[in-house]
Amino acid sequence: MIRDGGDGIKDITTPLSDADVQALQAGDRVRITGTLYTARDAAHGRLFPLIEKREPLPIDVKGQIIYYTGPSPARPGDVVGSIGPTTGGRMDKFTPALLELGLKGTIGKGARSQPVKDALRRFKGVYFGAIGGAGAVLSQFVKKVEVVAYEDLGTEAIRRLEVDGFPAIVVNDCHGGDLYQDGMKAYARES
Amino acid sequence: MRDVHVSSITDAVKKLCMEANWNLEPDMLRAFDRALTTERSPAGKQVLQILKDNAKLAATKRIPYCQDTGFVVCFVELGQDVHVTGGALYDAINEGVRQGYKEGYLRASIVRSPFDRVNTGDNTPAVIHVDVVPGAALKLMIMAKGGGCENRSKYKMLTPAEGIAGVKDWIIECVKTAGPDACPPLILGVGIGGTFEQAALLSKKALFRELGTPNPDPVVDALERELLDKANRLGIGPQGYGGDTTSFGIHILTYPCHITSLPVAVTIECHAHRHKEVTL
Repeated sequence: MIRDGGDGIKDITTPLSDADVQALQAGDRVRITGTLYTARDAAHGRLFPLIEKREPLPIDVKGQIIYYTGPSPARPGDVVGSIGPTTGGRMDKFTPALLELGLKGTIGKGARSQPVKDALRRFKGVYFGAIGGAGAVLSQFVKKVEVVAYEDLGTEAIRRLEVDGFPAIVVNDCHGGDLYQDGMKAYARES
Repeated sequence: MRDVHVSSITDAVKKLCMEANWNLEPDMLRAFDRALTTERSPAGKQVLQILKDNAKLAATKRIPYCQDTGFVVCFVELGQDVHVTGGALYDAINEGVRQGYKEGYLRASIVRSPFDRVNTGDNTPAVIHVDVVPGAALKLMIMAKGGGCENRSKYKMLTPAEGIAGVKDWIIECVKTAGPDACPPLILGVGIGGTFEQAALLSKKALFRELGTPNPDPVVDALERELLDKANRLGIGPQGYGGDTTSFGIHILTYPCHITSLPVAVTIECHAHRHKEVTL
């Protein structure tokens, strides 16, 4: 569900529908509340063969958002350690198949490949950017953490996060919009 | 001969690892402040402000500035009159990393083999480079090097005919290809000259120079300034959201080279530029 926060920021509550995704444009600032699943290189490496063999995944990705991150360990009494995004492009190989299964969003940093952008259009998905390197600040929006699969992977395990107002920006929407390209064009100067 | 016991090396490395990850160095904080006065893009300004807040929060809570607490790259300047006692130098450094990452609640990000990719669980081993220098001091310089930006580092063997113009084009090309992926504002460490491995080593070492200080060689300093201006005209901006602050600094080290060669190595460093040093 998406509603206008009244302060120029869109409030998103998970899960996401096709209509929600269609209402988002590259450059939109958002606050996400609800569930995020963490998965990065190693977890994707385990999910992908399951998808290829049409076997069930340890998480139901329908309508969900995957956050590309591997948190640092929590200090005693803290919910989580530092938890900023990792580079999304390394997951490009796996993302179209997950979008086809109904995954609606991914959060990372850095550019995605053309096949991922095409899949966002085709399957109605969105790629959000979170601020890379702002792991301490972003940890404040995480209210609950639970490992749900591949615990042996340590920081790379799949975790279910409950987040409240997690800040992000739409980098690639399902209409072909691309914040990185627009932003660079707007500020490039001749040298 | 001056004796330095391995336990003091371990203690020093442990402390450097924790401090580097919790407290961004003052040169980085000054870079954020400078950029906030010149950045035109509202989104870019906002990113810079959040990163400044992030540095403050990390220092206050003693949690890592970035969850990628890096590969520990340790440069050692070992005085030739120092005698390391009580064990092996390399073991002492790795033990410091092990203790620092455990006690500092820092992430274990190293896998034991590039193929089986099983996490070593304690962020060891470090990458260690030792230079033997005159004197009886032992200097430890560590960097917690993030993986995302390291992945965008590049190397090229140019020809002497391509010359300085070719070097400039290649360095700017590296900033472009790093783009939003490497967490701009970036810092570039550049090694030019020497052999293949020498240029790469210089590109890492160049990152230890304090940000905002001039290169001691006026010719190279002018080159650095020209490149920084060019990089910041690309429009990539903080986090790639568009803006004027694509790079905080470009640091170059050079070395004599063979009559056939012009190697250029570029280490890409993100704004989580965590570096600390101590002399024992």
